Amino acid sequence: MAAIYSLYVINKSGGLIFCKDYGSAGKMDTNDSLRLASLWHSMHAISQQLSPVNGCAGIELLQADTFDLHCFQSLTGTKFFVVCEPGALHMESLLKYIYELYTDYVLKNPFYEMEMPIRCELFDINLSQAVQKDRVALLGR
Amino acid sequence: MAPVAPRSGDAIFANVERVNAELFTLTYGAIVRQLLTDLEEVEEVNKQLDQMGYNIGIRLIDEFLAKSNVSRCIDFKETAEVIAKKSHGDGFLEGVWSWIHPGFLRKQKRKKMEKRKIENESVGLKMFLGVTATVGNWNAEGTTCSLILEDNPLVDFVELPDTCQGLYYCNILSGVIRGALEMVSMKTEVTWIRDMLRGDDAFELQLKLLKQVPEEYPYKDDE
Repeated sequence: MAAIYSLYVINKSGGLIFCKDYGSAGKMDTNDSLRLASLWHSMHAISQQLSPVNGCAGIELLQADTFDLHCFQSLTGTKFFVVCEPGALHMESLLKYIYELYTDYVLKNPFYEMEMPIRCELFDINLSQAVQKDRVALLGR
Repeated sequence: MAPVAPRSGDAIFANVERVNAELFTLTYGAIVRQLLTDLEEVEEVNKQLDQMGYNIGIRLIDEFLAKSNVSRCIDFKETAEVIAKKSHGDGFLEGVWSWIHPGFLRKQKRKKMEKRKIENESVGLKMFLGVTATVGNWNAEGTTCSLILEDNPLVDFVELPDTCQGLYYCNILSGVIRGALEMVSMKTEVTWIRDMLRGDDAFELQLKLLKQVPEEYPYKDDE
């Protein structure tokens, strides 16, 4: 699990609804996580407006010296992003797969309220399997 | 990110877990029956079914988007096609059937509408219901169209009694489509034009685009 530092899910209004750290690198406390989520939400929206490209859908990848941040936004406005080792592969397909897990194990849970924080055990279980390093490589196919 | 080719409704339908169609049909029948008992008024049942469908639709749309790889639809016309069938090949309907036949179908339809309304709807209906719809009867402005279903697993064993003549038995489907499309920023009005249970030759749903909500965000500078 070394490649992935943490995973975040933001609802369409910018609220953090899911956050998980893998390993100790880049670990943040709850306040910092919330701040990062709303910051990212805003930057994503601003980037859409500033982009010279027509129909830009926002930032997909942010590269820094010590980490990469990959972001995927669904057409319904929910954002998924992972913070991972620089150069980690297959992150797009991992995010896509996590989106599928979200539709299966979060949205189909009748007791999950839309736009609220995700507390679904089945989602956690399937997620941790997907995030394991060897699984991520398989996603690349 | 390399674009991924959209998957056909058939392919998704084939890969998704399905329930027995009769169990589905009978379960839906039991729900409608119970609503009639509880609410007594046929009009109230119609409303309740629509609300139930809406609640399904707002969740179903994401599954449709996640599993079909459809991308954003350019206009309402494209969306309708996606819901109904053509460009992505009947996916939505087929898949939907397998689940909650009617509900899923509509959600997928809605999703498709967003992307390419018409095309997407077809895929949507196929993916969730395993049926295909045809899109037609466009008005001149391209804001109203009909989805015509010739096959509808929900009504396999249904005959409407005289006491329920005002009932839209499949009203859950219109709710699903409305909910799904709303999540992709299209406000629509969905009404039944033809209903086989009332002696028509097909099921026809009219989709009317009320307004396109421009963006997900309520960002309006200086307003």
